Amino acid sequence: MEVVQMQRRFVEYAASLFREGFLDGQFTQLQQLQDESNPDFVVEVVSLFFEDSEKLLNDLSRALDQQNVDFKRVDSHVHQLKGSSSSIGAQRVKNACIAFRNYCEEQNTDACLSCLQQVKQEYSLAKSKLETLFRLEQQILTAGGSIPIMME
Amino acid sequence: MDAASSSSANDMMVMDYGDEPHVLAVDDNLIDRKLIEKLLKNFSCRVTTAENGLRALEYLGLGDNQQTSHKASVSKVNLIITDYCMPGMTGYELLKRVKQSSILKEVPVVIMSSENIPTRINKCLEEGAQMFMLKPLKQSDVKKLRCYLKHRS
Repeated sequence: MEVVQMQRRFVEYAASLFREGFLDGQFTQLQQLQDESNPDFVVEVVSLFFEDSEKLLNDLSRALDQQNVDFKRVDSHVHQLKGSSSSIGAQRVKNACIAFRNYCEEQNTDACLSCLQQVKQEYSLAKSKLETLFRLEQQILTAGGSIPIMME
Repeated sequence: MDAASSSSANDMMVMDYGDEPHVLAVDDNLIDRKLIEKLLKNFSCRVTTAENGLRALEYLGLGDNQQTSHKASVSKVNLIITDYCMPGMTGYELLKRVKQSSILKEVPVVIMSSENIPTRINKCLEEGAQMFMLKPLKQSDVKKLRCYLKHRS
């Protein structure tokens, strides 16, 4: 495949992620921050997000599995996840967290468990799509091309 | 290198800006720390990060077990930017401690939060915060901080 075609695929795929609400403007901010002094910035931050999120999701599962659920603790974890997903532009994950927090306030275990499922699903989707995006990016770089810059 | 000193003999305050403004960024969220660090570095700042209020205070020399020197007190940083919601010590409490310090009270403090709560914002501004910013932070937000990062002449 020619570099130009790869670049087009990348741009189209990225555009679809924004269109479908997986990513928002904050992701573009991350891309704009990347430069020669830190050419892997986006991948680094997103990788940290993956690590951090997986840990938080495990903590959440454990916390909701207790006899007496500590909703403050649950809320604190969701707050963290909401913050990180917001900071990297993972919009659907962020929105799922916002809904989750409302049920934490109500101290409704069943609703929280359902929210956790939602968040896990959205996270899984976001992860898979971002990994695809990075793969497409890497293909371009390997072929000697440059990554088209997204401007908002 | 620019320096400004007060004339009091006991309490000599020297602001040392060096070549680049030095910012202390405090946030318990790892991803946010990385983001704020890059945002600031892209604006040519030297950045030190701390993961909570206590660590921030220790870095600044205001830790509970630290003795402040009576001879010369130097502000290590030109700006402190801190998250509001942190476990243990909130950004608001950190702000208060900084403003209570004779060494550091002139250092501008900016508070960040993901929540837009007017009473929270007012509380921080009343306590002396220079600015309140909504997360997630963007390049345009950090641009607004530049006035606090200029060298003194």
